[in-house]
Amino acid sequence: MIAPGGAPGRLGPEPLGCVAVFGGVYSNHVALAAAIEDARARGVEAMLCLGDLGAFGPNPDKVFPLLRDAEIPVVRGNYDDSISRGLDDCRCGYTDPRDNYYARLSYQYTFSNTSPENRKWMSGFPDEIRFRLGGLDVLGFHGSPRQRNEFLWESATPTHFLTKLAREHRADVLVGTHTGIHWKRRLSSQSWYVNVGALGRPANDGRTEVWYAILRADVRQLEVEFVPLAYDHQALAHEMATEELPIEFIDTIRTGWWTTCLEILPAKERARGRF
Amino acid sequence: MGVAAAPVVRRLPPSQAVPNSVVPHQSPPAPHPRVSLRALDQLWFQVAGTVCNLRCHHCFISCAPDNHSFWFMERETVREALEQSASLGVKEYYFTGGEPFMHREMVEILEDALAFGPATVLTNATLLPERRVRALARAAEASRYSLELRVSLDGVTPEMNDAIRGEGTFARCLQGVERLVGAGFLPIITTMQSWNDDETESILRAFREVLAGVGYTRARLKILPPLRIGEETSRSRGYDAAERVTHDMMVDYDPSLLLCSSARLVTANGVYACPILLDYPSARLADSLAEAAARPVELAEQACYTCYLSGALCSNMPTSGEVHL
Repeated sequence: MIAPGGAPGRLGPEPLGCVAVFGGVYSNHVALAAAIEDARARGVEAMLCLGDLGAFGPNPDKVFPLLRDAEIPVVRGNYDDSISRGLDDCRCGYTDPRDNYYARLSYQYTFSNTSPENRKWMSGFPDEIRFRLGGLDVLGFHGSPRQRNEFLWESATPTHFLTKLAREHRADVLVGTHTGIHWKRRLSSQSWYVNVGALGRPANDGRTEVWYAILRADVRQLEVEFVPLAYDHQALAHEMATEELPIEFIDTIRTGWWTTCLEILPAKERARGRF
Repeated sequence: MGVAAAPVVRRLPPSQAVPNSVVPHQSPPAPHPRVSLRALDQLWFQVAGTVCNLRCHHCFISCAPDNHSFWFMERETVREALEQSASLGVKEYYFTGGEPFMHREMVEILEDALAFGPATVLTNATLLPERRVRALARAAEASRYSLELRVSLDGVTPEMNDAIRGEGTFARCLQGVERLVGAGFLPIITTMQSWNDDETESILRAFREVLAGVGYTRARLKILPPLRIGEETSRSRGYDAAERVTHDMMVDYDPSLLLCSSARLVTANGVYACPILLDYPSARLADSLAEAAARPVELAEQACYTCYLSGALCSNMPTSGEVHL
């Protein structure tokens, strides 16, 4: 169970058997509420979130009460870091003028609609969360264990690179998000990397569901289940339109295809999308 | 950002600023800022040496059919470096030249690399007959990792491109792009900025139109700044005396923006700091990769100034504004 009071960044000291891990929320409070309900119904013992609460979606303040009420620890994402410290951008690092336009627009909207209290709460998020799952040491982070905004794409991340990260950061299971597309890879008999995907927007696969992961371990065998989560995406799209967010963002929610900020995708992931 | 040509003064914290009379043998300040390798994320291969089928007027290492200062790498040499790279935790592989497809075993070398991780090949796309493109597509399909084709095109018209890259290269390059796209690739089109900043938007629009004309409707574009060395010094200009990286400029600067903090270049003749400085003996770090990885790089050359301003411009992905833990 989560430690009493939901102290940020800590799960209880006892080994867990089953946890739900949420990736970037991107202000999608509708999906977050649905995910919490779905994970509870599946009997998970704990939930955690790997950061990037804001961006992309509407009314960023709406995700905070959901996380606090469910006592969900949150790792600091690059967006959380920028917003809580009042930096001038999201540190997404786009160079394409079109990508940059949308990234700035999204950041400015999120920044000006996040309350000072919530910004302060985010400033207490830890860089990583460690916990025991069965007999395995799990390390949760946002991008990579060495760099908050590092992209670890399936087609651009060698197994030997992940093995080195796991060794250097003393973990059996590395769990991250940041890219928005879920994937997993077994590194050795008892060592894994898992990208839990994102709750904030679909996985660029033409489906409107968003994804999260359930991790289970019995002694030292890990089982990873990626959960496609149907939620009221039309309600979210409507709210985004009311907030006058770009039609391109709303199209992504309605169609499941990414329309902006595609510069960061490697060849294989890019080719699977529509744009 | 301080870019003036300040005298080279090494700043010491007050606790270390002891008078010379107390430490008479204090070592002299390094003449140039030094950058250590943070992690060997990118391994570059000068696979085709300096041999190229074209003779571009902006080439920063003056590659040409008759430039044999660096020769082709043996497939076995590449394979040995790949083996070594796995224990060093390399994240991605880049193949450059010269023109990599001048190498008769280029497809096989890419297959070797794709067994280890994602690979990128920098090409002018003029040596891509259908058969080779099909072989590349098979190699890409067979790997779990991405194969990126990075194609140089330096203008949106034959006049604009061919003035830099040589007569007829615009049409030949577009034919190569068409074949790649037809085989399912989404090449990254790289272009050196030869226009003013306020023209960028219209130039990018024109690039998209030209590429759509050969069926490439989802064009990936990457703009590179000119590197004022090699042939480029006579095409436009060389660096001004003030354009170099000083110790003062490194204060509050994130050195991870520089390629040499995360990459090394293997050639047929030793390991270098980066793919830009091939013509500079100061950039040759060692015979072996392990030695070169352990050795810091001196930002002694003026081309380092462009990298300083632009961030690791040679990488596929943008690298500005990293947030380290």
